[in-house]
Amino acid sequence: MKKFALQDHELVPTHIILTSEEKEKVLEEYGVGAAQLPKIHISDPVIKDMGDVVVGDIIKIVRESPTAKQSIFYRLVIN
Amino acid sequence: MSLSHKNLLKRIDELPLPQNMKDALHDDLAEVEVTDEEFEAIAGQVVEDFDRAQVVPCEAVGVVAAQSIGEPGTQMTMRTFHYAGVAEINVTLGLPRLIEIVDARKIPSTPTMTVRLDGEYARDRDLAREVAWSIESINILHLGSIATDLAEMNVLIELNEEVMAQRKISVEEVAERLSEVTKLIVGRQDYTLTLAPKESSYRDLLQLVEKIKNISLKGVEGIKRVVIRKEGDEYVLYTEGSVLKEVIEFEGVDPTRTKTNNITEIAEVLGVEAARNSIINEANDTLREQGLTVDVRHIMLVADMMTCDGEIKQIGRHGISGEKVSVLARAAFEVTVNHILDAAIRGDVDYLKGVTENVIVGQPIKLGTGHVQLVAKR
Repeated sequence: MKKFALQDHELVPTHIILTSEEKEKVLEEYGVGAAQLPKIHISDPVIKDMGDVVVGDIIKIVRESPTAKQSIFYRLVIN
Repeated sequence: MSLSHKNLLKRIDELPLPQNMKDALHDDLAEVEVTDEEFEAIAGQVVEDFDRAQVVPCEAVGVVAAQSIGEPGTQMTMRTFHYAGVAEINVTLGLPRLIEIVDARKIPSTPTMTVRLDGEYARDRDLAREVAWSIESINILHLGSIATDLAEMNVLIELNEEVMAQRKISVEEVAERLSEVTKLIVGRQDYTLTLAPKESSYRDLLQLVEKIKNISLKGVEGIKRVVIRKEGDEYVLYTEGSVLKEVIEFEGVDPTRTKTNNITEIAEVLGVEAARNSIINEANDTLREQGLTVDVRHIMLVADMMTCDGEIKQIGRHGISGEKVSVLARAAFEVTVNHILDAAIRGDVDYLKGVTENVIVGQPIKLGTGHVQLVAKR
C-alpha cells in the first residue's frame, strides 16, 4: 500500500492552520464572528491527514484561482 | 531617479491587487525604468480601475450567476449519451450531466475515472496495460467459457491457458475464489473446473451459472472496463465505474493526478476543497464540450455555495433553497403548501429580510440601493 499526502493531489489546495493571533486578525479584517465563516468538518480527509487540528481552529486555504491566480479562503473546523 | 528592481517588487507586492495583476504589472514595469512619481501614478490608476471592475456591495451575484448558467443551459443537448470515439467509455454529457452536478447526486449515472500513471508506467504501453489489467474487475467470461452439462447436472468451466497467463491469475486462485463465494466444492482437471449445485434441479443449475458469471475474480470490484489511451507522450487509463480509494493505492498509479467524475467520492477521499475544484472543473468541461462559454466566476460561486458547510449540498429543495430562513421564500420555490402548513403548525415568524419575501409582500427589496439605510453618526 502506497502512502501519499492528500495535499499533493492536484485537486487539493494548500491547507494551513492559523495561530490564535492570526485567527483574530482574520476575523477583525472581515468583521465577522468565527461561526459566520464557511465550515470544514473535523472528519474531512485533509484535516485528518494534517493531524493536531481541533474543533474551533481556522484553516487558511490557499487556492489556485483561474481568475486571480491565487486566492485565500478561510474555513472554520466543526464537528 | 528610477526605482530599483527590489524596491519595485516590494512596492507592487503592497498594492491591494490579486496576484495575477501584480505579476502583469511587474512584467510590464520591469522592462521600462520608472521613477517614484511615475510608479505612484501608474499604481494609482491600476488600483482605481481594479476597484471599479469589482462587484459592488449589494449586487445580486446569485441571480446573475443563475441567469448566466441557465441561459446557455437551454441550448444544451437533451441527449444523455455520447461516444467519445470508437470502443471508448460512455459518459453522460450535456444538460443531464449539468443537472447531475448541481443536484449533487451520490452516484453519477456514468461514473468514470481518469487514472494517470507514474514514471515508467506512463511511457511503456505494456506496463500501462499491466496496470489496467490489475485494476479491471474480471469475471469468468474474461478467462474462458462456461457451459452446463445436463447429463451430469453440473457446470463446466473451460479456462483459456493463454489468457490466464496474460492476466496473471492461476487456476487455483479461480477455483478458490469460486468455492469461497458459492460455498460448493470445485472439481478441477487441468484447465477445466466443475461445480455441481446442492440440489440437482435444472433451475438451480441455471441459477448457479448466473451467479458464477457475476463473481469478481480479480481486480477492483466496480471497475467494469479499463481503456488505455495515449495523451501526448503518456498513457492514460479511463475506467468504467469508479472506486477512487482503492485505485490510487495500486502500483504504477500516480495518486496525485488520478481523479473521478463522482464528486461525492472526491469529497470522501480528498476533502471538500477538492470537491469544490472538481465541481468547477466538471461544470466547466460540460459547458465547454457543448461549445458554450460561461465565466468561471459564476461556476465558482455555485461551487462555493455547494461546499460552504463543509459537505456537498445540492442546489434545490434539499439543499441551498431548502435551508432558507424565510418561510415565504421557501414556499415560493417548491412544495408551497407543505412549507406554509408546517410553518403555521410551528408558529414560525418571517422577518422579511430576504428578497423573495419582500417581493411577495410588496416592499422594496434589500438589494442594490434598496439595501442601504441611513445610519446616524455617533
